[in-house]
Amino acid sequence: MASVRLEGVQKTYPNGHVAAKGLDLDVADGEFMVLVGPSGCGKSTALRMVAGLETPTGGRILIGDRDVTAVPPQDRDIAMVFQTYALYPHMTVRENLAFGLRMRGASREVIDQRVTEAARALALDAVLDRKPAQLSGGQRQRVALGRAIVREPKVFLFDEPLSNLDAKLRVETRAELARLHRRLGATIVYVTHDQEEAMTLGSRVAVMRDGLLQQVAPPMEMYRRPANRFVAEFVGSPAMNFLPGSIVSQTPGAVNHRNTLGIRPHDVTLVPRGAGTLDALVDVVEPRGSELLVYLRLGTDGSGPELRAITPPETVVEAEKVVGVRLDPARLHWFEAETGRRI
Amino acid sequence: MKGRKLWPAVALVLLVLASALPFYWAVLASFTPEARLFRGPSLVPGELVLEHYRALFTQRNFWIPIRNSLIVAGTTTAFCVAVGALCAYALARLEFRGKLPLLGFILAVGMFPQISVVSPLYMLLRFLGLINTYPGLILPYLTFAMPLTVWLLVGFFRQLPAELEEAAMVDGASRLRAFGEVIIPLALPGLATTAILTFVYSWNEFLFALSFTLGPERQTVPVAIALFRGMYQVPWGQILAAAVIATAPVTLLVLAFQRRIVQGLTAGAVKG
Repeated sequence: MASVRLEGVQKTYPNGHVAAKGLDLDVADGEFMVLVGPSGCGKSTALRMVAGLETPTGGRILIGDRDVTAVPPQDRDIAMVFQTYALYPHMTVRENLAFGLRMRGASREVIDQRVTEAARALALDAVLDRKPAQLSGGQRQRVALGRAIVREPKVFLFDEPLSNLDAKLRVETRAELARLHRRLGATIVYVTHDQEEAMTLGSRVAVMRDGLLQQVAPPMEMYRRPANRFVAEFVGSPAMNFLPGSIVSQTPGAVNHRNTLGIRPHDVTLVPRGAGTLDALVDVVEPRGSELLVYLRLGTDGSGPELRAITPPETVVEAEKVVGVRLDPARLHWFEAETGRRI
Repeated sequence: MKGRKLWPAVALVLLVLASALPFYWAVLASFTPEARLFRGPSLVPGELVLEHYRALFTQRNFWIPIRNSLIVAGTTTAFCVAVGALCAYALARLEFRGKLPLLGFILAVGMFPQISVVSPLYMLLRFLGLINTYPGLILPYLTFAMPLTVWLLVGFFRQLPAELEEAAMVDGASRLRAFGEVIIPLALPGLATTAILTFVYSWNEFLFALSFTLGPERQTVPVAIALFRGMYQVPWGQILAAAVIATAPVTLLVLAFQRRIVQGLTAGAVKG
């Protein structure tokens, strides 16, 4: 196992598109680092540069203590799981699993032993002699995973490996990946656009936008103290509420800047009319089983900005009624209105 | 409703008959005695003989042009596919400056009318002492077969998902090894199709073969057949028998590789 380090990594494509504008990222040995962001933010490019499939136009990439910026993928000792799995269609599952070992000149006994072990761990024993076309989506995904595991590489790279699975299988595989990480103690760099996947899997999460890192932090810290408005909105579901506001200084003569107030729906409490910080008109109530998601409009006539609240399922709340809203002052987030930076 | 469905079927049958009829007639005539052919050929098989085929090999040494054609077309094809595959892979996958102009140039070379290069090629081959030799045919054949091969193969390679070779490289294969172990097996249907087309083109080629050979010892099948025509008579029976023999390898090739050509080998490579 090894650490991964990106130092001021830049990538500008020949057509002028900038996918990475100076990335600095340290992935510790054995860490599960998740790169997350909306599509086109440069997270996949960053991963492909670590793999050696793209060459950075600036900066350095280190795996362990070795500068691999100019090293071709086959000499980096990494394994990658692709979004499409990229299984070799003309080879059986066994041959797919053995390919990486064979390329590295492993002996027959080692190959057999490792392939058998991986197949048992991933419940692929029964399909070892089938071709990828004869497998289910979940099985293909496990073969892709197995192909990475048998290699025992320094670093595992995952490019949206769960996005082709249905919802149920995705949640199961997610737990399997977490278990796998614990068992192997492997260094993992994992790319996804799904913030929930990022939060549940990552030892740390790196949020990217437009080729820049926005924040790198453990999931709960990122949730509690987002570095800027973009991260605050991207992380957590349903998304954080934003209201225009300002911090009024008690000091006479101080300048009051325009700010944005952020509060998560879970930190908004519904109280009887007049008993809260503000009054609001109930717009829509969505029962979600374990909780209610309530869409509100501020003001008794509903003319103010929208606010979402999560309340316990037994709350009595009806559309078109006016309720009071209490915002937990300890859970307020303040952002500069112009830059979006956290205050 | 019924009438609308009937028309395409009728048109199809007529089209197939129109294409198949000349071939049927040629095969039939090649087995018909010369005398009967001149009395008034018939579409109904009558007395069938092997005399034309026997004459081809006893009087005319037809196995020499066959051998020549096999050597020339075979070598051209092997060379085209081996070199063309590497060239096409580079053009399909690697990014380098001047790629588009290069592709355009290859296409332009392939489009060149043969007749316009016959004279300069003749002088070049004579200078090199290659007139009436196998290399003297194979080299000119490469000029039109190679662009065809490269263009066809670029198309086939582009259809293969790039992730497969990326996966192979991450798995520890060099680019050349990934090409050999992953791309080539998957491109086999494309390679087979390309090889057959190249072979057929070279097998059927007439103008270069006529211009760059001097005598029967290096003439290819089409040239030999064209020169059957004597001063006083046209031996139609033998010409048609030779034509049937010339068509046979091509037909056999296509039949043998038909499954490879049609088979979609990439099924299941990626999610699908």
